Amino acid sequence: MDEKKKLVVGWFSFTCCEDSTILFTELLNDHLDEWKKLVEFRHVKALKTKNRLEDLDVAFVEGAISSDSQAEEVKKIRDNSKYVVAIGSCACTGLPSASRNQFVSEQINDRIKWYMSQFDYSDKVRKLEEVIKVDDKVQGCPMNATSFMLALDKYLKLFNIIPNQ
Amino acid sequence: MHSGDITIDNITKIEGNAKLKVTVENDAVSSLQFIISDYRRFYTTAVQGKPIMAVPSFLSRICGTCSVSHLFASIMAIENSQGIEISEQSKILRRLAYDGLMIRDHALHLYFFVLPDVLGVDSILDIPDDDNDPGHILLHDSFDIKKLGTDISNAIIGAPIHAPLPTVGGFLKNPDPTKFPELIERLEKIRPQVIRGIKTFAEWNVTMLRNSNYLGLHNDKQFDFLYGDMYNSNGKLIPANEFKNYLKYVQIPYSHAEGYEFSDTQKDYLVGSLARVNLNKDQIHPRTKADIQNYINMFPSNNVFHNNLAQAIEILHCVDEAIDILKTIQIADERPIRKPPVAGLGVGLIEAPRGTLYHMAKVNDKGLIEEYDVIVPTAQNQIQIENDLKDYFNKNLNKDEQALHNEAENIIRAYDPCMSCATNFLKIDWIRK
Repeated sequence: MDEKKKLVVGWFSFTCCEDSTILFTELLNDHLDEWKKLVEFRHVKALKTKNRLEDLDVAFVEGAISSDSQAEEVKKIRDNSKYVVAIGSCACTGLPSASRNQFVSEQINDRIKWYMSQFDYSDKVRKLEEVIKVDDKVQGCPMNATSFMLALDKYLKLFNIIPNQ
Repeated sequence: MHSGDITIDNITKIEGNAKLKVTVENDAVSSLQFIISDYRRFYTTAVQGKPIMAVPSFLSRICGTCSVSHLFASIMAIENSQGIEISEQSKILRRLAYDGLMIRDHALHLYFFVLPDVLGVDSILDIPDDDNDPGHILLHDSFDIKKLGTDISNAIIGAPIHAPLPTVGGFLKNPDPTKFPELIERLEKIRPQVIRGIKTFAEWNVTMLRNSNYLGLHNDKQFDFLYGDMYNSNGKLIPANEFKNYLKYVQIPYSHAEGYEFSDTQKDYLVGSLARVNLNKDQIHPRTKADIQNYINMFPSNNVFHNNLAQAIEILHCVDEAIDILKTIQIADERPIRKPPVAGLGVGLIEAPRGTLYHMAKVNDKGLIEEYDVIVPTAQNQIQIENDLKDYFNKNLNKDEQALHNEAENIIRAYDPCMSCATNFLKIDWIRK
């Protein structure tokens, strides 16, 4: 017998404090048993080792984009996902991770210069939709839990995992 | 034994992004790099010129999981710079809020990240939905424990993440004591579940011995995460204000985070639960001691994996301390203590869940930040983690690749590193020549 179709999701973090990931793990306290019946967590590096980045229905992406290599990574996520939801303030607005975009030259000291030259930091930190197409946003720092639940519910209905009523 | 270059991706279940690069030449490790690969956000520069009242809530955004630690360390640094002495009630409420943080944060690490290793499964998602399965029971214990930690935070500081109520000088709102009886009841009820977790991590038979120099906060009165001076394995006591003078900054060319050595020994050192319990085990709450003395007797321990057990013990200590506080505190109607700004420098030195956290604020006479510094636990542990992994690989190169991979991950998880700003996975670039 075919297993019931589940919503295939991924959860990804870029430059941020991962507060929304922590909030997500808090939501699991109450919802894990229910979600396991409805959702396949195909790529959640905070929770599992065997992850696959392929054929995701929805990618939830937290954090801002600080480098070209991060931009390439998130484009790959976009290419493998039917929908992308920006999660939390850094993904939706860039801030506060993009604070360095406002630095004046006197603030850029030798230690900052060393890091910027040693690694592939972009000139500017970017919010998600400056790099890829974003279908939905869950604002907040951390994300608003109710908005996240509504977004998940929307995609569960869209993919006919739960009745659309 | 392998030859050629090997890359292993997707080592997971840690907070943030890190990478391990191992080069083996002539059957010996010629180099090993533990790389924190999170991109920096330069928040200590971003707060320059900002008013002191706005800084703690901004710096709480350094880390999602231990945001309360950054919030409190920042508030305390600023209070110390301004000569503000908070009330006894505020001190006790901070201790209570901190108990909530430790309960939730340690439970996340122990049950969501480490428990799958104990059970031999990939993820909590693979634990059977069977009420009689031991893993299922432990996982559901963790839901209750985490929720309780979160609800203590909700009641005292307004939220578990980026809490809105703590401020310079005290609290913006006093807690509602009518919520305390329900919390006490749940704390009492959770104790057997917490003890079940302690037993599980005590009986997990994994060992990696390391004779570390342990550093942790200590005061003579009690097991304390918030107030005290630094104490190390050799019995040296360092005043909080002088702590940074004892650290040697080490720039690591391949890592986004700096490392530190202890200048007295010129060597790596370890902070975190294992250090705290090793140094201060006699001060653990009497009720905790009465119930789990046999497990506390396993300390002092040089087994790195006992950092997990130490965290589990700290959960029970925090449960028992929270019960005491909730039963005895009388909430007076207080307001935050405020003073006109003065020029000054202050340090906030506390224990975050993962170890000693240092904030330093230099403030001008207009109440604006001139200079700010933060030293996080994982940066302090970084060099020891790397040295320990090097030792581990050298002693175990006869094992197959998958075993090495799994055990290296287990070791890293035991340290509970928080690259919070960092990756969601550790990538091992393994080069054999």
